[in-house]
Amino acid sequence: MVHWSAEEKQLISSVWGKVNVEECGAEALARLLIVYPWTQRFFSNFGNLSSPTAIIGNPRVRAHGKKVLTSFGEAVKNLDNIKGTFSKLSELHCDKLHVDPENFRLLGDILVIVLASHFGRDFPPACQFAWQKLVGVVAHALARKYH
Amino acid sequence: MVLSAADKTNVKGVFAKIGGHAEDYGAETLERMFAAYPQTKTYFPHFDLGKGSAQVKGHGKKVAAALVEAANHIDDIAGALSKLSDLHAQKLRVDPVNFKLLGQCFLVVVACHNPALLTPEVHASLDKFLCAVGNVLTAKYR
Repeated sequence: MVHWSAEEKQLISSVWGKVNVEECGAEALARLLIVYPWTQRFFSNFGNLSSPTAIIGNPRVRAHGKKVLTSFGEAVKNLDNIKGTFSKLSELHCDKLHVDPENFRLLGDILVIVLASHFGRDFPPACQFAWQKLVGVVAHALARKYH
Repeated sequence: MVLSAADKTNVKGVFAKIGGHAEDYGAETLERMFAAYPQTKTYFPHFDLGKGSAQVKGHGKKVAAALVEAANHIDDIAGALSKLSDLHAQKLRVDPVNFKLLGQCFLVVVACHNPALLTPEVHASLDKFLCAVGNVLTAKYR
């Protein structure tokens, strides 16, 4: 089980409390598709992904980004059982979606950058540490049921 | 992975905007890297890594200068960083995985201080540039 110090938990929840899940989720997913274009392979049915502008404006990208970050919020609410929280999602990503777990790490890093751009000075090194740890734990949990 | 003309323009634009703050960005990048990825501290047992460390500031200045040099010679990063590449291969031998960690922290620093500058397109170009720099520095490892 992952150990979270009281400080880490506080840093995570204080940031999360200020996050606009719809905006951040949309931005994180759009950046993933723009910065690492090969990730578009999972979204061939999303319509126009032909340019950064198209991706940012794509309503399916926005909706899916919101969905993904909302789900991520479950980790924040269940820091002491992230493994259990994402067990079924892990199976889904393996068996149905066939997503290479490396993509979870890429999205996690992008999410940290998006948070940094929104919070600036309110995202100091200790905060980044807690969040890099969290995205790593989530990525690990999502990869756990792969076979 | 190839830097397009647009990538090069974007990267040069970032460093032009950062300007004289490059040294501070370098120091903060290292500070964040040591905080977010404690394993990176293993390469600096001889440093005082406490907050405000003069050694970290000094080293951050060097790292920033190398990135600026690479951006200023973006058509030939391998040439510009050839000596640094030798140094990393023969003496420093920093595991290649760590360059990605440094790159992540540099992006976070830019995002923190210049969110408007780091548009998705610029983010992509800068990420590619940082990868290219890491590739050059590890190119002679074996």
